[in-house]
Parts: sequence; structure tokens; C-alpha cells
Amino acid sequence: MKLLEVNALQAWYGTTQALFGLNFSLERGGITTILGANGAGKTTTLRAICQTVKTSGDIVLLGQSTSRYPTDKIVRMGVAHVPDGRGTFTALTVQENLRLGAYTRRDKEMVAQDIERIYTRFPRLKERFNQQAGTLSGGEQQMLAIGRALMLRPTLLLLDEPSFGLAPLIVQEIFEIMKNINEVDQVSMLLVEQNASLALNLADYAYLLETGKVVLSGAASDIRSDESIRRTYLGY
Amino acid sequence: MDSFLLQIFSGLANGSIYAALGLALVMIYQSTHHINFAQGEMATFATFIAWTLIEHGVPYWLSFFMTVGIAFVGGLLIQRIFIKPVERAPVLNNVIVFVGLLVIFNAMSGWIFGQTVKAFNSPFPTASLVLPQYISGHQLGSLGVTLGVLLVVFLFFKYTPIGLAMRAAAQNPDSASLVGIPVSWMLALGWGLASTIGAVAGIMMAPVVFLDPNMMGGILLYGFAAALLGGIDNPWGAVVGGFIVGVLENILGAYVIGTELKLSVALVLIVGTLTLMPNGLFGRKVVTRV
Repeated sequence: MKLLEVNALQAWYGTTQALFGLNFSLERGGITTILGANGAGKTTTLRAICQTVKTSGDIVLLGQSTSRYPTDKIVRMGVAHVPDGRGTFTALTVQENLRLGAYTRRDKEMVAQDIERIYTRFPRLKERFNQQAGTLSGGEQQMLAIGRALMLRPTLLLLDEPSFGLAPLIVQEIFEIMKNINEVDQVSMLLVEQNASLALNLADYAYLLETGKVVLSGAASDIRSDESIRRTYLGY
Repeated sequence: MDSFLLQIFSGLANGSIYAALGLALVMIYQSTHHINFAQGEMATFATFIAWTLIEHGVPYWLSFFMTVGIAFVGGLLIQRIFIKPVERAPVLNNVIVFVGLLVIFNAMSGWIFGQTVKAFNSPFPTASLVLPQYISGHQLGSLGVTLGVLLVVFLFFKYTPIGLAMRAAAQNPDSASLVGIPVSWMLALGWGLASTIGAVAGIMMAPVVFLDPNMMGGILLYGFAAALLGGIDNPWGAVVGGFIVGVLENILGAYVIGTELKLSVALVLIVGTLTLMPNGLFGRKVVTRV
């Protein structure tokens, strides 16, 4: 069984259509990336999976059709979303942000342990655990966003441009951590990125989006080594 | 000196009620970004329910807690029925709904319970047990009750998972739904809670000003002043603001402008705060990235 299968997915913001019949699927345990220019529908694809935009078409998650589910039910199935702009609860403390990530979980003691695990992974968050999250730097907020998502113990992690607005060194650090999370915790990922070379290095499969449709897909290594694709679509 | 202290204490007693009302306003402001103009009339209506229960021989405190429960459910239903449909509507639609609720509740109070002014007995002894020369029994009692309510609300928001989820939902609804919080229900809970706090304020105020359908009109103005002075997005600012407004109003009324002009203190504070420091004493400046 595939982790996620999407068929003929369309999405709208009000009356403006953003996705025009998207088809793709995700393997369990893998890292898949969605690439494309601004406005291609990358962010919308992630939102459609979580049902925070109006959609039609088929979304099958772990064998269940989730296209009519409310967002919180999809979250309960183990889909954690690191949204664009990081979605920090700026007026709450770092620790409260992490606790919110585990909102749907009922195993209190394990949650407390998981918070400690996040702190070992991101020591800088531990130093600032009682600080208002809005006062963190961009890199720290991105770490917090990933930490908050991990608190769900997700089966699928959706990441929306984790490199956005961050210094190259921090980006590298965050991508290392993501790789580690995928390998150690067996979390499958769907990564949306503007920075194609970065994403193709991390991912094992890639889809290329243009104006709300998949125009190309293949193993990340193939796409990386195909110069004409790189030139035409990825611009590097 | 004695009469000065007297003014301070009775200012604090009134202030606690303004604080409660201000807190209720801020709670709804945080989730809807609008001022609930109907807060006062909702409180009056709840107070009428308490009065009816007491008139029918239900013991005071039982009536109190029944009313608080009814107010909670009522606030929740108002959000589900009237506010949810305009959640994403333009500002004016929201304002119209709030004004509509004000008129409806005011009219319902008069229609169901009558326009005549009613006496509402205080459950507290006439003479205070402590400092009887400065504070009356009811003043001390209502101060205690409102402070108790404020403390419970504070602990609820600070230490319970559902309180945390409510804060998250009010602050960043998109992100809150992505961690699995049913945002719309959290906002409804917020309305229930605000309505409850308002009801307590109304019940504590009724013995002082007597009960009629327009009872909370003036009081709500003080509540606005409290919320604005403290910073409309800061619940604890509203509480502090409430006490400041209460004391200021009493002292100015007794020594400077006379009791007839007391209500204008609230107006001056509202206009003054909005023009001189729109964020209030403890409000956060809203900074957005371009």
C-alpha cells in the first residue's frame, strides 16, 4: 500500500483555481520533493492534503479516502505540516509551541519524553524553552516548527520551504537534521522547495509542477543529472 | 484621610467588575478582532435569569452557579449560530451582528422580565468583617468573587491543555488547525467563557445599581475603558485597567468633577487612550513584516 495517492486533484482559493488535476503518490519511508516556480501550486498541494483549501479529486492516505475529512482528523492520522512562514505561535513560549504539536496525543508521559528528545536534537530550543517564540531567530523558528511537527510522531511530514529566508549555513544544518529524522525516526517526507539543487540532494523522488499540473517526475538522482531538465525547469 | 481611603476601596470594588467585563471583551477581541458591543446586554440578561431563579425560591448561590452555567451554554450557542457565519466576513458585517445582538438582548430583557427597576439582594452581610469603616460587605464580597473568577480563568489558560489550545486558536487559527485543534469549537468555548465572566460581573453589579434592562449600559463603557487602557490584546492589562478605571472614577467623582460627571471619566479615558497611546499601557505593538 502506498502512503499517499493523489488522483486528479484540483484546488481553489475562492473562485481562483490553483491545481488542475494533479496525480502523484508517495512511498513509505521516502523523501519526495515537489519543485516548481512561484505560483506553480506547490504550497497549495500541501494545503490540499491537509484540507485547508477547497479541493476536488481523490486523496487516499494509508488506504483511506481523506478528501472529505476535516483538518484535525487528518492530523490525527499522523500528518504533520510545517507551513510556509513556519506557523509559529509567536506569543506563546517555545515549550508551549511544542506541547501544542502533541495536542492530539493522549500519552502524557511519552509527550514529556518527546519534548526532551526534541531538545536534544535542537539544543538551542532548550536554552530558550521559556522564551516567547516570536523572539527567536528565523532559523530557530524553523527548528521549532520542525520540532512542533515531530511532536505528533508523524507518519508523514509535509515541509513547505524550510530553507526560506535563512542563511546558507543554517539551511545546511536544517537539511542535515531532516535527513537524520528520515533515517532514524522513519518519517516519510513531502518537501516543497524553491531551492531545487538542495531538495534534489535530499530527496529520492521528485515531481515537477507547472501551473497546477505535474509536468515531469522521476528519481531525484536522474533529474539532478539531466542537464536539459535542469536548464529548462530548474534554472541552474 | 478616612474618606479618601473609603473612595479607594469602593473604587477597587467597582474596578473588579470593570476588570471582569474588560477581560470578557478582550477574550472575544482576541479571537474575532472585534469588540463585542453586546457583552453588557448579555450580562444583564443573565442577571435577570439569576433574579428570576432567586424570586422562585432557589437559594442564592445555587442560582448563581446555575446562571453561570446557562451563560456559558448561551455564549457558546451565540458563537455557533450568529458569529460563525460571519467569521470571514468584512468588518461591517461583524459590527452589525454585534449591534444586532445588543438590541435583541436588551429588548428580550425588557420583554420577558419587564422594564421596571428591580432590587437585587446581595448575599453578603451589610457590614464587612474586615475594615468595616472603609468597605461594605457587598463590596468586599464582590471583590472576592471577581478576583476568584479572574484567578480561575488565569489558571485555566495558563495550565490546562484546553486553555493552551484556546490561546493558540485565537492567536494563529491556521497553525492551530494544522496541529489538530478544532479551531472553531475553541472560539465557541471562548465565547462561552466570556459570557460567563460577564454574567458574574452583572450579578455582582446588580445589588449596587439595581436591575433593569439598561443596567450594564454605563458599566460596559467602563469595561471598554478598562480594556483599552490596559491594551485591547492583553487580558491582564484589561484587569489592571479595570482597577485603575474604578479607582480613578471614584476619586475624580468625589473630589474633582462630582458624581454626575463620573461616566465622562470613562469617555475621556477611552478617547485619551486611543489618541495618545493606542496600544494602551500593556498592549503589544503590532508589527508586520512587509
